Amino acid sequence: MSRFLGPVATMVWKDIVLEFRSRELIVSVVVFGLLLVVVFSFALDPTPAQATELAPGILWVAFAFAATLAMNRSFVREQEAGALEGLLASPVSRDAIFLAKAAASFIFMLLIEAVLLPAYAVMLGFSAFSWTLGATILLATLGFALVGTLFSALAAQTRSREIMLPVLFFPIVLPVILAAVQASTRAIGGETFIGLGRWLPLLGVFDLLFLVICPWLFTFIVEE
Amino acid sequence: MEDADRIAPGPGAYSNTRRNWPLAPRSVLGIAAGILLIVDLYLIFAVAPTDANLGNVQRALYIHVPIAVISLLAFVVVFIGSVMYLRNRNSRWDNMAVAAGEVGFVFVSLALITGVLWAKPVWNVWWTWEPRLTLTLVLWLIYVGYLMVRAFTPDRSRAAVLSAVVGIIGSVDAFIVYFAVQWWRSIHPPQVVGPLAESGSLSGTMNMVLMVSFVTFVVFTVWLIIERMTTLNTEDELGRMRFQSRRKGQIAGV
Repeated sequence: MSRFLGPVATMVWKDIVLEFRSRELIVSVVVFGLLLVVVFSFALDPTPAQATELAPGILWVAFAFAATLAMNRSFVREQEAGALEGLLASPVSRDAIFLAKAAASFIFMLLIEAVLLPAYAVMLGFSAFSWTLGATILLATLGFALVGTLFSALAAQTRSREIMLPVLFFPIVLPVILAAVQASTRAIGGETFIGLGRWLPLLGVFDLLFLVICPWLFTFIVEE
Repeated sequence: MEDADRIAPGPGAYSNTRRNWPLAPRSVLGIAAGILLIVDLYLIFAVAPTDANLGNVQRALYIHVPIAVISLLAFVVVFIGSVMYLRNRNSRWDNMAVAAGEVGFVFVSLALITGVLWAKPVWNVWWTWEPRLTLTLVLWLIYVGYLMVRAFTPDRSRAAVLSAVVGIIGSVDAFIVYFAVQWWRSIHPPQVVGPLAESGSLSGTMNMVLMVSFVTFVVFTVWLIIERMTTLNTEDELGRMRFQSRRKGQIAGV
């Protein structure tokens, strides 16, 4: 087990170190996320009560867009200076490479969301700190990271990759967005875990399914 | 001259039809689909009773429901073709997946159009963000993504691998989506077919016509997929032959 997890941890750490030296991804995506709320409030012009009502929708649209922006960078960075070839030539399995890239994206997304969530909570008027909302964000972000990492690797091999990623990513994660919005609405409304109903288990099933499928499919994407 | 005539390939030598059999099996299937479609149209417009509440517009159901279901089922073929291609790299499996993807795309587009035409008189709006409608649109988007990956990947075998990956993810997602919407509030009429259907929402004749419609569209779809697959296989074969003859030409030319 540690023979598998050791290299994964090393590769995740590599991405984290890279990010903290350049700080380009997290900072730019956070700024983008704040811009989105401003755009939303101009577009919808809500009263304070309406803002709270719209909060789950705005939250997940912003998180989903932030995810595509972050994922786009994930493999672009590897392709510069042939870093991906280096990774593939190293004696680790392709599954491990995929899991490391997905874990790094997952961590970056959580950091971005940790900054954005309190800001949204203040601007849209809801309580950000509840276990139910936290669990929803954790599960939905994992789904984003798995599907996004796979499609990021795939889109990098097509022409016009910046367009291909969102075109592929959004239809696939729509069930995640649907379940996340439903669960967050209830979580912000003060429901307990039981009150969230089927939406949290749906997120869990989605994550499990793609946790199995994505590493397997990744081996075909990077086979050359 | 007689020798040359005998050596020259006769009609059908490059197609996969048997020479002593006048029709390929897929042509028989095509003719069967044509006849079934005519019979089905007659049943829909002449035999099926007019709905008491909705009137003639309800007849759209006999076409809308089969093509909507088939556009979801086409994902099963895409899934099988994609998995098999990734396992053994035979381009025939890839061609099967693409053929199903293209047919599925056409059918899901038709399902959207017939749905919109039905919704205007019945719900009084062309479009509503009702879950199952939205999710037909999602299926459409998944098919578009699948076909776009193919179009945007320059290399033929890379395109096959990448679209197989999208095909597998898309098919799995299509079924997650199918169950996810059942949990959402819905103003769509209850399903008349499928595992979650409620029985008794249609009269006996209506049910019969719907079933005939189903059989018709399944046969029609199978024929379309096989026909498209055969074309793609022939295209591959032609490409190979052209490549080989060019290589021979180069060797002879030098």
